[in-house]
Order: sequence, then C-alpha cells, then structure tokens
Amino acid sequence: MPEPILKLNSLDAFYGDFQALYGVDLEVSEGEVLAIIGANGAGKTTLMRSISGLTQNASDMVKYRGGSIGALRADQVAAQGIALVPEGRQLFPSLSVEENLMIGGQMGRKGPWSLKAVYTLFPILQERRNQQSTSLSGGQQQMVAIGRALMANPDLILFDEISLGLAPIIIKDIYAALPGIIGEGMSALIVEQDITKALSVSSRFYCLQEGRVSLNGASATAAREDISRAYFGVE
Amino acid sequence: MEWVNAVVQGTLLGGLYALFAAGLSLIFGVMRLVNIAHGDLIVLGAYLGLSVTTLLGLHPIAALIVVVPAMALIGYILQRGILNQTLGKDILPPLLVTFGLSVIIQNALLETYSADPQKMNAGALETASVSIGSLSLGLLPVLTFGIAIVVIASLQWMFYRTSLGRAFRATSDNQEIAQLMGLNRRHIFGLAMALALGVTAIAGIMLGIRTSFDPSIGGGRLIFGFEAVIIGGLGNLWGTLIGGVILGVAQTIGAKIDPGWQLLAGHIAFLVILAVRPNGLFPRINE
Repeated sequence: MPEPILKLNSLDAFYGDFQALYGVDLEVSEGEVLAIIGANGAGKTTLMRSISGLTQNASDMVKYRGGSIGALRADQVAAQGIALVPEGRQLFPSLSVEENLMIGGQMGRKGPWSLKAVYTLFPILQERRNQQSTSLSGGQQQMVAIGRALMANPDLILFDEISLGLAPIIIKDIYAALPGIIGEGMSALIVEQDITKALSVSSRFYCLQEGRVSLNGASATAAREDISRAYFGVE
Repeated sequence: MEWVNAVVQGTLLGGLYALFAAGLSLIFGVMRLVNIAHGDLIVLGAYLGLSVTTLLGLHPIAALIVVVPAMALIGYILQRGILNQTLGKDILPPLLVTFGLSVIIQNALLETYSADPQKMNAGALETASVSIGSLSLGLLPVLTFGIAIVVIASLQWMFYRTSLGRAFRATSDNQEIAQLMGLNRRHIFGLAMALALGVTAIAGIMLGIRTSFDPSIGGGRLIFGFEAVIIGGLGNLWGTLIGGVILGVAQTIGAKIDPGWQLLAGHIAFLVILAVRPNGLFPRINE
C-alpha cells in the first residue's frame, strides 16, 4: 500500500461550541478517490473544514504528505496543494467568471490546469467568461467552483456536496466530468448525500454517523444493508 | 460670472475632498472598517510632509516621494498590529479602536509639533494662476483636482484590472473562501490599509499646502470625507469624486451668499441628498 497523502489521527473537531467529530481516523492514498457519506449533521462539512484549515485543530490530527497541518490557516493549507470545492459553490459575486477562475490560480502552483484546460473541460464557461458569476445557472456556477479549485493545481481536491440543489441532468454531467478531473494523479475526497453516486466514483468510502466513522470499506463490495445501518444508525 | 466662478472654484475644491474620501472609501470597501481616525491620519500626513520639507529642504510636492511610502508603511503596521484584531461580526470594536487612535494621534501631534498652526511653503505654486476667459484659476487647486482624478483613476484600474484588486474584491466578498484561494486576509487587509494611507498622505500634503493646519483639524476633514463618500454612494470611487465636487460647490456657493454659510451649505447639501437618495447618488456599480 502506498504512503497515504492525507491521514487523520483521531480527529476531534468543533462546529462552534458543539463537538462535531469524535476521534475520526481516515487515510487517503496517492491518486485515490474516497467518498464520505452520512446524513445531515453527521459531521461531513466539519470534516472538510478541518482538512482545508477553515477550522483549526491540534496540529498532528491532520497529516498531509507526512507534515502536520491541523493547526495551519486555510491559506497555508491551500499553498500546500489542498483545494476545496465548498458546499453551495460560494463564488465571488464581485468577480466575473474568468476572474473567479483566475483567483483560484493566483498561488501559481505548477500543474496541468490552466484557464485553457478549464475551458476545454467546461466550454460553456468560456462563452460566459465576462459575465458576473452570479448570473450563471446553478450547474454553471458549480462548474466555476470546480474550475476555481482546479486552477490551484491541487494534489488533493475536496468536493463538498457538489450535487446539492442541482437538477439531476446537471448532476449527471458533472459526475461524467469527474474522471477527467481526477485522472491526472490527483487524489480526491467526495462528500455526497447521494450514496449511489458517491460509491460509483470512489474506490473506498467512509460513513459518518453523529461525528464518528460508523463504517468504511471498498465501494464496489459495500452491502446496502450495512450502509443503511451505518448511515441511519438503526438496527 | 461670479456665480460661474464660485461653481468652478467649488469643483476644484471638491478634488481635495475626494482625496480625503478616497482612502476612507477604499478601507470601507475592502474590509467594512469605518475609520474614525482617518481625518487625523490626513493631518499626520501633512505634519510628516512639513517635517520632510524642513529637514530635507524639499518642495512639498517632492516630499510625497518620502511621505507616501512612510504613510503606507504606517498603514500596514497599524492594520496588522491593531486593526485586524478588531475586525469581526461586531462593528463596534473597530469604531472604538479607531476613535481611540484618533485621540492618540491628535495628542502625539500636539506633543511633537505644538498647537501652533503650521503651513507648508510651496513657493510660486501657491500664488500662480491660469486664466481661462475671464476666470482666473489657481494653479494649486487645478493641480489638486488633477491629482484627485489620477488617484481615483489609478485606484479604479487597480481594483478592476490587477490581481491585487481581484484579491481585494474577493476578500471583501467572502473572507473564508478567499482564504481557500491562498489569500491571507490579514495581509490583504494590511495592503489595503497601506494603499489607503498612501492616498491619505497625498491628501494631507495637498491640504497642508493649501491651508494652515494644526493637530485639531482632523475631525472636520473626516466629516468632509464621509460626506463625499456617502453623497457619491458607498464603494463607488468615481461617485466619491462627484460627491467631493458637490460638497465643494455647495460650500463655495454658500460662502458666496454669506461667508458664514460655507460649512453649513455643505452639510445641508449632504443632508438633502441623504434624505432623497439614502444610498447616495451612485451606489456601487459593478463593472
């Protein structure tokens, strides 16, 4: 087994005053796609915030490429090559589509992703490049949010609820584009409420329930009854 | 003709007010910080200009080369050292801290330079004039107005055409997400304050050439700056210039009617516009 790119060591994390994660252990290998599933309030978003540095924790609870990054600020974590596609897209309304993409690349990390590559992946964005980002449809905004994260040329990309609030046809398009995104040796963590979608694109999954890992294993062989139990906590 | 003259002189005066206001507008636009000490920082800029001209024997305009970077450095340190700590969901701490800062700057200036009014000597520039038809325009007000246009055009260009401006707008939109893009908001805010105080230095020196100044006049300059920003519409830099011009014209017309009405007329114009257009004449227009 290759050295994990990301390793969480019994991560305890808080959402405000409320403890959202209890002793979460998790590993992502180089080039692996991992799915995180779980009900609302299970701690998925807090997990994303903890990895990306928006929530700061004890330093060695989050290890990335052997270094301890748990206590770093989000901009320092980003500089190390971790990008987050946040829940709800969160584009910058004052910036045009192209400016949103460019600010994603402002750290100047080297890699395959550039404006040109993003426009090849999502041609519609090139047509709309000078529009206000808020004038786009939800699906197009999600493309901008994904493109913005890719522009940083991350080694690890985190997707938080990318299908939330989008039409099924759009979700299908976005998931169809995912292999082309992750194919470049990038590792990915996908948070998703749609279990079927999550399992179909990932090699392994973790299920969170009330802040704890209730199940993990290979996505291909996961039994639905086990997942239901781990997801809802019913016997 | 006298009235035309009053309008033209008021317009040029508006250039100075726009310089007072530009820094204020920039700071509010990027970090939603209302800087009560802004007027005193303008006066600090004037005093630094005075020191540089007397110590180095420079012309006040040449002193900009020293004072602008010095004020920018003060701005960066001030922001990183103190003001960043006050920013958050609550709007009260920055108001209180900048109010305290205002008192500290005034008293430090009083200790250092005494309460005697001072003035910078700009030689022939102070009295030179150009004639257009029967109008006679002072070279200094024309120069001030020209500088105001250049400053505002540069800020506008910086805001909408450079990566720094993009970072300012992104951080202003959403600080958390801007952090995810690798932008350290504390540093970005420091740069915004540095830029704002660089502009403030220009305002202070133009003020100090035009009129005499003493440590207590900051409050009045703050009011003019606020009024210009609000008349023009928050966050709109060209609007700020127009706001300054409206304020300047109202003041000179007021003074024409009765010299005692100068300030009052400016405040009345401000209140009328505030009553009719509470968001100012040109609220933020995204390009």
